[in-house]
Amino acid sequence: MSWLIKTLTSTLGRKLIMSLTGLFLIIFLLVHLAGNLQLLKDDGGMAFNIYAKFMTSNPLIKTTSYILYATFIIHILLSALLTINNLRARGAGYKVNRLSEGVTWSSKNMGILGTIIFIFLVAHLKHFWYEMHWGGIPMVTYEDVTVKDLYLVVATAYGELWYVLFYVVGMIALGFHLYHGFQSAFQTLGLNHLKYTPAIKVVGIGFSLIVPALYALIPLLMYLS
Amino acid sequence: MKLTLKIWRQKSAGTQGKFIKYEIDNISEDTSFLEMLDQLNVELEEKGEEPVHFDHDCREGICGTCSLYINGHPHGPHQTTTCQLHMRSFKDGDTITIEPWRAKAFPIIKDLVVDRSAFDRIIQSGGYISVNTGGTPDANEIPIPKDVASEAMDAASCIGCGACVAACKNASAMLFVSAKVAHLGKLPQGEVERHARVQRMVAQMDEEGFGACTNTGACAAECPKEISLTNIALMNRHYFNASFSH
Ligand code: HEM
Ligand code: SF4
Ligand code: FES
Repeated sequence: MSWLIKTLTSTLGRKLIMSLTGLFLIIFLLVHLAGNLQLLKDDGGMAFNIYAKFMTSNPLIKTTSYILYATFIIHILLSALLTINNLRARGAGYKVNRLSEGVTWSSKNMGILGTIIFIFLVAHLKHFWYEMHWGGIPMVTYEDVTVKDLYLVVATAYGELWYVLFYVVGMIALGFHLYHGFQSAFQTLGLNHLKYTPAIKVVGIGFSLIVPALYALIPLLMYLS
Repeated sequence: MKLTLKIWRQKSAGTQGKFIKYEIDNISEDTSFLEMLDQLNVELEEKGEEPVHFDHDCREGICGTCSLYINGHPHGPHQTTTCQLHMRSFKDGDTITIEPWRAKAFPIIKDLVVDRSAFDRIIQSGGYISVNTGGTPDANEIPIPKDVASEAMDAASCIGCGACVAACKNASAMLFVSAKVAHLGKLPQGEVERHARVQRMVAQMDEEGFGACTNTGACAAECPKEISLTNIALMNRHYFNASFSH
């Protein structure tokens, strides 16, 4: 086992974990988005509520959700460790420091972007995840099933302008995080080749623009309607 | 040309340093950057002041001794070594800020001179091939495909200057280490030892206190020898492969 600990605590090993947890979070974003898009269905929240019930009761999904919590915690704790160590490795900084050619702003500010996402995440979990699990949410009955009316909670939150703006800011930070993070995760895994790296970069930019934009669109549309 | 120089002056490793402003005149455009500093030092000596200490050796862009962080870039505004930088890259009246490489693993010795022996220790940990010496082998005894030889040669052109560390926001040495790992690991003579090599060199790199790579690419953008980021990917691949399956 000592070889495993040695590998995973090296700078390269830590980066490996960052990359794998980051990629897992990217997949999670797609699944979560598929659920959120049901908020836009014109059915008073039925599809969304039934989906929310399924996501909190299906044993397979519940197991996956524990892996997801762990993934978030590992990604966040390790990012703090790496960011602090990296700052220490520089020591006294430069008086004059310019951006090198081709270096993106995102890539130099992953820690700050991550922190904004983290703040968003805490508020987000408090408002919806905590409420869904332990809050007093009113029940709603569709034909023969009775489920928690999470739609009502979401719709109420999205009726507040400040919350919608907060959401949009969170998604902008996520977009910038992924603008660098998506392709960076592959480089960390050692996947960099003339043949496929250009494709990874294009998919990464597309993902970082489209996915956060779709997420942000939902509260915006719900606020406006 | 007439220039204002802001230079980091520091008496010794333990002491506090600060920027000192110098005015210099009569600099020709054809002067190299280091010759400009030589001229400044002559003037300082004439005034009885201590000259500015900076590293240099070959002045041909091949030894990797010169350093200097000039106006916010390692080796100045162009992708070349400081010794190959000329004053025609600056304008009359410019202010030039000159700083040492900044990294915890590269402590300052004096003024602009930093201790880069951390790189030597990384090389000692695995940047070699173990062959017994003997008669000179035939040049073409081991056939090597041209593209492999070229890639190894590209990686081998790293001169160990440390600009990658200086440029990186994390003071990471990954570009340097990966250049050595790729250079030796690609060739059949070095390939046999590649698993042990990459593990030892990465362990030494961490030991020296260099940061972890965030894949910003500043290193490759500033490297005077245009070492590519693909070497870092290759090093990661070798390292994970060595760690998990050897
Ligand atoms: C859904 C949310 C998130 C996703 C999809 C995500 C994804 C990623 C990906 C793919 C990477 C690149 C990994 C690599 O370079 O190998 C990354 C890096 C990083 N993430 Fe996240 N992340 C998320 C949330 C967070 C949060 C909440 C934080 C911090 C509190 C954070 C902090 C960081 C940092 C600092 C890095 C750079 C690490 C480095 O390269 O040294 N991330 N993230
Ligand atoms: S990789 Fe480039 S910048 Fe880094 S030490 Fe080698 S030559 Fe210098
Ligand atoms: S002095 Fe040798 S490379 Fe600049």
